[in-house]
Amino acid sequence: MRSEPVLQVQALVKRYGTKTAVNGLDLVAHAGVTAVLGPNGAGKTTTVETCEGYRRPDSGTVRVLGLDPVRESAALRPRIGVMLQSGGVYSGARADEMLRHVAKLHAHPLDVDALIERLGLGSCGRTTYRRLSGGQQQRLALAMAIVGRPELVFLDEPTAGLDPQARRATWDLVRDLRADGVSVILTTHHMDEAEQLADDVAIIDAGKVIAHGSPEDLCRGGAENTLRFTGRPGLDVGSLLKALPADSTAAELTPGSYRVGGKVDPQLLATVTSWCAQHGVMPEKISVERHTLEDVFLELTGKELRS
Amino acid sequence: MTTTVPGTYTPQPGAAPLPRMIAAQAALETKMLLRNGEQLLLTVVIPTLLLVLFSSVDIVDTGKGKSVDFLTPGILALAVMSTAFTGQAIATGFERRYGVLKRLASSPLPRWGLMTAKTASVLVTEILQIILLTAIAFALGWSPHGNPLAVLLLLILGTAAFSGLGLLMAGTLKAEATLAAANLVFLLLLVGGGVIVPMDKYPSGVQDVLGLLPISALSDGLRDVLQHGAGMPWGDLGILGAWAVVGLAAAGRFFRWE
Repeated sequence: MRSEPVLQVQALVKRYGTKTAVNGLDLVAHAGVTAVLGPNGAGKTTTVETCEGYRRPDSGTVRVLGLDPVRESAALRPRIGVMLQSGGVYSGARADEMLRHVAKLHAHPLDVDALIERLGLGSCGRTTYRRLSGGQQQRLALAMAIVGRPELVFLDEPTAGLDPQARRATWDLVRDLRADGVSVILTTHHMDEAEQLADDVAIIDAGKVIAHGSPEDLCRGGAENTLRFTGRPGLDVGSLLKALPADSTAAELTPGSYRVGGKVDPQLLATVTSWCAQHGVMPEKISVERHTLEDVFLELTGKELRS
Repeated sequence: MTTTVPGTYTPQPGAAPLPRMIAAQAALETKMLLRNGEQLLLTVVIPTLLLVLFSSVDIVDTGKGKSVDFLTPGILALAVMSTAFTGQAIATGFERRYGVLKRLASSPLPRWGLMTAKTASVLVTEILQIILLTAIAFALGWSPHGNPLAVLLLLILGTAAFSGLGLLMAGTLKAEATLAAANLVFLLLLVGGGVIVPMDKYPSGVQDVLGLLPISALSDGLRDVLQHGAGMPWGDLGILGAWAVVGLAAAGRFFRWE
């Protein structure tokens, strides 16, 4: 599975005037889906656009599919698909016209009609790009990124501004791409998107990667997950603790309100409820609080992701 | 949304052959241009109206001979300017603004391929304009003279000169500024470049300066050949060549894709 990386970024620095957008960023992405997660202005788009060959690094190296995106652009461009954050289409062009055009620039494009149907662009008809809805423009940009059957696709905020249904449709497509062996680099500031789609997540803040790993790994690190329940006050917490795995914690926070910490999995939940059964306790308001990427981000940076 | 057969998206990357990419790009660019109402106003409606109006109504004193013989070369020069300069500058300026150039830059089509396609699209449009305008001119009694090769050379150098200046403008100014400036220049050169107003209407000092403009060189050269049957208009070709070199070099140097 872990073959040669599709993306290698080492010590990337990119400045605009006096503003440093990317500040010594390291990132390695393997086959599969990699999410680049971070708040607005973290340097996500600059990083991705450097990988796409749009910007020259001020220092550091970037390799995409083993190639230098600026010097070896001609060899790289046919192998990647690019979805810009916005625009990229002639304002007077129709959706199918533009998609067919991009298909013509490739040797073995996808079936354009099938792609139009898959992305629900058939209803655009003769409408020109400037009059399409934001969601339709977004889906067209996505279609343009994949129509050339690339090995690696860059999606910059692919679901920004989409309604929940269109968002799920985009997620399904990303999953299909992954299943068919297309690697995807996507930027997002939606936690759930990264958790749903990504094999790997790189959290970026202030131009640097501050954490990198699978969503599970990232969520496991840092604060532990917790299980809460309420019951009658004054339960024997020591007895509960004995029933639990060694590294767990248990405490009565306020009279009748209990918290169990540790590796919260189905086994632990079963242990707690059977202990309650043995002691004639009805655990009310039982809840499991999973540690999310949102919490990870908050812990790492001390700020909310969505700024 | 439908389900998709597994394997549909299995990578099979590759660029299309270059001639196919350039032909597709040129066809799309031409289609966009012909679909755009403002562009058609500039490239077709205005030159046609001016030709018909000033040939049939004696508003401007066009000197000896039929007025259509004086006007047609000027209108052909105007047609070249409207497409290669004004139209190309405005279209390219907005393509840059809306990220079209950026998106195409990451497609398999190389940048020089895009510029070749743009040039092809300009030439196709000019051929359509020239067919239309000469047909109207013949209907109005136009009798051209001279060497077709000289005419062709003037048109090609004129196109190169105006394309360089148009792309320089589109690649350095904001889209709205390009829109305004390209239209203003179009209007000024229409009046001051010997298109419908003979150059000898201006004071001699002004004439010398105006004569160095690409539009004056093109209209004057075309008029020398088509109206007066002159040989190769080397002076005008030289002026156009100089503008072409300077304009294209500056566009190549200063053009910003985003």
